[in-house]
Amino acid sequence: MPESSIKDHARESRLFFRRAVVTTVIIFVLLTVLVLQLAYLQITSHEHFTTLSRENRVKLVPLPPTRGLIYDRNGVILAQNLPTHSLEITPERVDDMERTLADLGRIIDISEDDLKRFHRQRKQKRRFDSIPIRVSLSEEEVARFAVNRHRFPGVDIQARLLRNYPLGEQMAHVLGYVGRINQQELERIDTSNYAGTSHIGKTGVEKTYEKTLHGKVGMQQIEVNALGRIIRVLESHPPTPGKDLHLFLDAGLQAAATRAFGDKNGAAVAIDPRTGGVLAMVSKPGFNPNLFVEGISSADYKRLRSSEDKPLFNRVLRGQYPPGSTAKPFVGLAGLETGVIASGKKKFCPGYYQLPKHEHKYRDWKKQGHGFVSMQDAIVQSCDVYFYSLSHDLGIDKLSKFLGLFDFGRPTGVDITGELGGLLPTREWKRRARQQAWFPGETLIMGIGQGYFLTTPLQLAHATASLATHGALVPPRVVQRIQSSQQQADPPPPPLPVQLPIVDTKNWDDIIEAMVQVVEGPRGTARRVYTDKYRIAAKTGTAQVFTVKQDEEYDEETVSAKMRDHALFIAFAPVREPRIAVAVVVEHGGHGGAAAAPIARAIMDHYLLNDKP
Amino acid sequence: MKFPSASSPPAAPESTPARPQGLLAGRLHLDPPLLTGLILLCGFGLIVLYSASGEDLAQVERQLIRLAIAFSVLFVMAQVPPAQLRRWSPWLFGAGILMLIAVLVAGQIGKGAQRWLDLGLFRFQPSELIKIAVPMMLAWFLSEARLPPDWRRLSIAAGMTIVPVLLIAKQPDLGTALLVASAGIFVLFLAGISWWLIGGLAVLLGALAPLLWYLMRPYQRQRVLTFLNPESDPLGAGYHIIQSKIAIGSGGVYGKGWLNGTQSHLEFLPESSTDFIFAVLAEEFGLVGILVLLALYLFIILRGLYIATRAQDTYGRLLGGALTLVVFVYVFVNTGMVTGLLPVVGIPLPLVSYGGTSLVTIMAGFGILMSIHTHRKLLPP
Repeated sequence: MPESSIKDHARESRLFFRRAVVTTVIIFVLLTVLVLQLAYLQITSHEHFTTLSRENRVKLVPLPPTRGLIYDRNGVILAQNLPTHSLEITPERVDDMERTLADLGRIIDISEDDLKRFHRQRKQKRRFDSIPIRVSLSEEEVARFAVNRHRFPGVDIQARLLRNYPLGEQMAHVLGYVGRINQQELERIDTSNYAGTSHIGKTGVEKTYEKTLHGKVGMQQIEVNALGRIIRVLESHPPTPGKDLHLFLDAGLQAAATRAFGDKNGAAVAIDPRTGGVLAMVSKPGFNPNLFVEGISSADYKRLRSSEDKPLFNRVLRGQYPPGSTAKPFVGLAGLETGVIASGKKKFCPGYYQLPKHEHKYRDWKKQGHGFVSMQDAIVQSCDVYFYSLSHDLGIDKLSKFLGLFDFGRPTGVDITGELGGLLPTREWKRRARQQAWFPGETLIMGIGQGYFLTTPLQLAHATASLATHGALVPPRVVQRIQSSQQQADPPPPPLPVQLPIVDTKNWDDIIEAMVQVVEGPRGTARRVYTDKYRIAAKTGTAQVFTVKQDEEYDEETVSAKMRDHALFIAFAPVREPRIAVAVVVEHGGHGGAAAAPIARAIMDHYLLNDKP
Repeated sequence: MKFPSASSPPAAPESTPARPQGLLAGRLHLDPPLLTGLILLCGFGLIVLYSASGEDLAQVERQLIRLAIAFSVLFVMAQVPPAQLRRWSPWLFGAGILMLIAVLVAGQIGKGAQRWLDLGLFRFQPSELIKIAVPMMLAWFLSEARLPPDWRRLSIAAGMTIVPVLLIAKQPDLGTALLVASAGIFVLFLAGISWWLIGGLAVLLGALAPLLWYLMRPYQRQRVLTFLNPESDPLGAGYHIIQSKIAIGSGGVYGKGWLNGTQSHLEFLPESSTDFIFAVLAEEFGLVGILVLLALYLFIILRGLYIATRAQDTYGRLLGGALTLVVFVYVFVNTGMVTGLLPVVGIPLPLVSYGGTSLVTIMAGFGILMSIHTHRKLLPP
């Protein structure tokens, strides 16, 4: 008989019983060990632990680090921490919350938003956590509460450091702002390092350099009495404060650039071509970043969000505009470098261009045409027909490959998050994105910076800076150096210029000379910004927002403001040893020479004439 | 008494089924002594929880709802005859293993570990199912043949334990892996594996300890190190144990009185309503309170073992015994951790700690015990 079919139930039952007895014995032994340990803790060492419990009520309190400050290149403070008073409630110590809130509302102004935020946080936090009900109390409110304090057990005034941006709106798009840590961020961050921190960088430099600015949390072992009041500090592991940032930015220049815009919207960037340092970065309109620090009210936020001017939109990094005629120096350089055209060779401009065997007329901005023009004439007078013809000769592949060298079509790698890369169209891109072949006509309009071609103001300034340096491409940088309060300044990260593979110096010189004539020549499109104090190389541009039909004419007067062309301008100066490269976009500003050039001039004047080299 | 084959029932077929008497035991298939013990324990637990939660009635209410659910599960499980459970055993086990794999593959991330399956309406922890499925499977598998098991069955049974344990340990959930492993080990032990083998395994385990250390995650190693010397890290991981010992020690023989524990009320004691609730009890009710609690546990465990020894077939005996002993592991590992005898392993104090998942599993286990006890048939003399 197979073994498995025989079962001796009585024997198995006895076996189980024996084993059950053994386990019972083991259970008793283990429980005895446990009770002995408890007796040791609760009887033998009772006094020791009672002492510890009564007199040595040690509590761990996180010490949040102080956020690093942000300075401009001249030491002007851009982001600081100001002590503010906030009114906070510990729910555990309040018997009747409704009444307490109602009574508080009678002596201190508490808005609907404050209440909503308070109740939301109350759900998330523990009963013994102190929760702010009002932030930024005025001196008077602090005094008024102090007098009534005895009526409000569980309500306290807390002094906290709050981030403050003294220059407000002007710097909002560069610095970004800090705000309360939200749920998503909570999942991403190291919660122990943020144990005492309430704010985190949300955009701009504040976000990009969050780790550097934040520092490391400290811990304090404190002794509290039976009511939880702090008696003394036992052990303290101080926090490591966040490091300070020194930017390339010049606050004065930024102010001058913002002023120069007046009430117009747009963007301006100034870069030091030698270092890639961003000297000014203006996106108009701005917004008050200080609103976000305290927790913006929903009405304010809605206003910012729904405004047609899009004040929260960072035009410098994320505004993608057709470069218009500002693309011409780069297209011209492509023609010279590839040998498709010689700089002295003239083309005839009758006011329009037709592809071989095509009827369609690609029009020049000047209806009667420019006549015979050389490369220099074409850049100076911004002749479209010359560049239609040149682009056609180059072809889309060579054209976009060459423009790609200047980082068109991809982010420049600036040290602020959220940068967009514009769009540098290629055959491959069109097949992928539009499921269409590339048409020759599209090459023509790309050659004058229209069509699919899109750039951000930062990309334009970056590319202009590389013209100034004869092709040494340095990634733009906002932060110049990082400094911790105890240590010496960290050495600046070495800039890594990429030398563009354009070897013929004459090609650079020809293009730059043409750009100088844009300002200095009798027919230059930027004659009005001429100055005898320094020499400027520049190019104007006008980007169509609205397509003019084949037989219509664009008339600035009749086109509504929202449909008017964007005005663009790129420049660098001084022509010999350039120290500043600028790109300006004025939204719906009309012609680049008229609307954008004066802003660039104001920026360069301020930087070159006031600032010592 | 000898029977020709394992398939024929142990009870004489001609005898009239004589079930235990009374409404609770007879009709509702509940065991009055065990039920009384459980209710007393849960009641005591709620009193402690009210204090540990910082007098938060809402938290006590939530726990009451969970208890109601858990007792309903107990009631339902008590109605299922053991023969039925026995038939389900391999299926439950297979489903459990599949779900554990699913958790590893596509599980939700929770506290850096993957433990849940999101079933839309609620999250399900397959490791809880496996806590019961492993002893069921092993009891079924081993009771199919003569006991003590031969080498072949023994090794298969060992594999049935090790696979789910490894799957859970990979989540990683050290506490549950430990509980599942102990459930499997208890079935094997109760099935009568030889003492030589037990001794040999103990030696082998000792030898494998360094390997285990190598496999542990950094935070698990930290816990072991902290256990060996809590003062080495008074601000970090050692803080739990130091504060817990202060709470227990300062409680003394009679305790500081209900709601008067300073360690928990002033928030020195972390996890005071979950894993460290034992320390709150010790602080407020003293050694006396602890002895009452331990007496309740001891009563429940001894009653469980009694039910297991009185079971009529091997399956019932092995399953009942193992489920009971797992509860003891819960109690001992938790109290050992809180008193500093054992390293910190995330195991709650059964039926007392705040939280729902393991509560339901434990109650299901007691339901099975009651079913084993109340579905017996009277043997002929």
